[in-house]
Amino acid sequence: MLEEVIIAGFGGQGILSTGMLLSYAGLAEGFHVAWFPAYGPEMRGGTAYCAVTVSDAPISSPLVAEPTTLIAMNLPSLEKFETTVKSGGIIIYNASLINRPPGRQDVRIIAVKANEVAESIGNIRVAANVMLGAFIEASHAVSLNSALESLSKVLPPHRHNLIPENQNALREGARIAGAADR
Amino acid sequence: MEKVLMKGNEAFGEGAVRAGCRHFFGYPITPQSELPHYLARRLPEVGGVYLQAESEVAAINMVYGAAAAGARVMTSSSSPGISLMQEGISYIACAELPCVVVNIMRGGPGLGNIAASQADYFQAVKGGGHGDYRLPVLAPASVQEVIDLVVTAFDLADKYRNPVMVVGDGILGQMMEPVKLGPPPEVTTPPKPWATTGTLGRKSRNIINSLYIEPEELEKVNLRLQSKYRRMEEEEKRWEEYHATDAEVVIVAFGMVARIAKAVVDKMRKAGIPVGLIRPVTLYPFPDQPLVAGSSGPVKAFLVAEMNAGQMLEDVRLALCGRRPVHFYGRTGGMLTSVAEVEGKVREIWEGLK
Amino acid sequence: MAVATRRTQGLTDKQLHYCPGCTHGIIHRLVAEAIEELGVLEKTVGVCPVGCAVFAYEYFNCDMIEAAHGRAPAVATGVKRVLPESVVFTYQGDGDLAAIGTAETVHVASRGEKITTVFVNNAVYGMTGGQMAPTTLLGQKTTTTPFGRQADVAGFPLRVAELVATIEGAAYITRVAVNTPKNILRAKKAILKAFNVQIQGLGFSLVEVLSTCPTNWGLSPPEALRWLKEKMIPAYPLGEFKAPEGGV
Repeated sequence: MLEEVIIAGFGGQGILSTGMLLSYAGLAEGFHVAWFPAYGPEMRGGTAYCAVTVSDAPISSPLVAEPTTLIAMNLPSLEKFETTVKSGGIIIYNASLINRPPGRQDVRIIAVKANEVAESIGNIRVAANVMLGAFIEASHAVSLNSALESLSKVLPPHRHNLIPENQNALREGARIAGAADR
Repeated sequence: MEKVLMKGNEAFGEGAVRAGCRHFFGYPITPQSELPHYLARRLPEVGGVYLQAESEVAAINMVYGAAAAGARVMTSSSSPGISLMQEGISYIACAELPCVVVNIMRGGPGLGNIAASQADYFQAVKGGGHGDYRLPVLAPASVQEVIDLVVTAFDLADKYRNPVMVVGDGILGQMMEPVKLGPPPEVTTPPKPWATTGTLGRKSRNIINSLYIEPEELEKVNLRLQSKYRRMEEEEKRWEEYHATDAEVVIVAFGMVARIAKAVVDKMRKAGIPVGLIRPVTLYPFPDQPLVAGSSGPVKAFLVAEMNAGQMLEDVRLALCGRRPVHFYGRTGGMLTSVAEVEGKVREIWEGLK
Repeated sequence: MAVATRRTQGLTDKQLHYCPGCTHGIIHRLVAEAIEELGVLEKTVGVCPVGCAVFAYEYFNCDMIEAAHGRAPAVATGVKRVLPESVVFTYQGDGDLAAIGTAETVHVASRGEKITTVFVNNAVYGMTGGQMAPTTLLGQKTTTTPFGRQADVAGFPLRVAELVATIEGAAYITRVAVNTPKNILRAKKAILKAFNVQIQGLGFSLVEVLSTCPTNWGLSPPEALRWLKEKMIPAYPLGEFKAPEGGV
């Protein structure tokens, strides 16, 4: 098993912590995991992304050139990474902010209106975890339960009151991806 | 034991705290910023001192003062900043003070870039500053190993009264990996009767110095330093072997590149090609034994892979003295060598051997 | 028989290497006496510079560290942060403190580091052969300003005490001279006060001491003392530039 996921979007969309959540979920299931952020000048100018590798073998490099999955939270992210996704991979895009579906024919494409879902849950900041829920349902890389339980590791203790909202986000994302499958 | 995710840069900081280091002096530079960020929070928790200096030049001299006063002390920087520290490191080496210097190497020369690089190998292992000195150089390849080797670095520094360098790169510094922390190791700091603490009842004054105006006297100092380096060469070589004993092609790589090389070894072994890896953990003293041993065994060729234009390559060639052909594959300027590239080079060597 | 005077315990019995007529020796004695009189000799760590005072670690009778050129304030910072109860001083010349070590000088003051700096200003580089210092006077001949320092080529003399006194972390900044017995007594008081400021934890203290260099000025010792009075003091006025409110 080797999942190489790029999660990309605006700074402040929770990109990095959603990547950490996936890493912790993988760790909980006994996988090797690595998390790698964009850093330096790349961090400036409002875009953020991180690469998460979940593997049953030791990970040689945490860098991901050809992701198996792209989670794109905004249009610049989709444009930057769309062509890099491995054939047969997955693109999950935030249809709340991206009005142009990806053009790739050789990957599975899932649209999630993450902002609307997050707002309906009551916290726009959980949008990235809606996307992660969709990814988990679509890939079964890790179980949804592992992600739900790992929230307490990613959120600092004084933010544990936000765990229910984030759990709802994960579940709702998974539900949307599941419905898209049918 | 539960594993937690930790960033490489933070692991350097936590390793220092676990080693009993309570003093850090540094100046901000990317891509090692999370290390000082971490210690700025962490050191006050354990009664330590974090101080942001006005420059790398000042930082290394604060380290000099703190080490002279008997403390376990660390600084960290990235390539251009480490260049600025070299004068101070030379003084510290001559004054025989223990300290740990972390270099999260970036692309060079000049301002270069902040991408991962191993271009400071020469600077690290051949002395770096002026004069005839050496420092042990450790090269971790995972976040877990960062924590463990930083503790080792402090022990070596005290054992030899010498600065010790730990080198990583932007990838190791920025990546997060699971680590097992466990209970902190028992820190045994040797007594430091030479420290300038104030005489406090001591009969003779302590002087920390690197000035020996008489050549006869300075030569004696140099000979003493050299004998210390020989002792390091006898006692401190560290390396990891991976499928090296029956390999016909052996990749020699350190740090992040060694991880890439491991993936190459796995892939080639699956294809039935006997490839192995020797990963120097100490870059100085350079672990030549496994190379020499390999060359008297089944190894037909070596491949040195680095993120530079061929620096460790020279030490591998020196170790082998022409016993076996030594090939090289490197990327520079912050480009990471890929599995496919190293694999291609290994296949080329393998075809040539047939 | 009553003892009228004696050597200070703050100095070793090593013979000083300074040139005849140089006032470094006087300044050494004042610093050593101050440390001894304050009863802190055993917990003092001194940091000496690169320059004429490079061998000062052989003279001060306490733990000593020899620093790289200009870095004494950084080294002293390292010591003081490890040993906050110790008394730490740097002894630096004008090239060390006001040229190559300017950044360290400014920032040790800005941090209000609780150390004392003795700054010996003799308007010339002694050790390296009489070159221009940052404090060389306009018109003053040195080996690198053979026709006299000209502002349009070599810039202006740097007034360190005035400069450092503008920094918030500086607690006590003063300028003294050692050209007359009266000035020497004043200098002694200033050095005592500077150490007291440190011991009381009030912040950074610096005593700039105008000193002579007969050798590189090309003057006899008495001429050098006159030159200090007539040329240096007008350019570098004596007095306190900053002192703790309410005294020390």
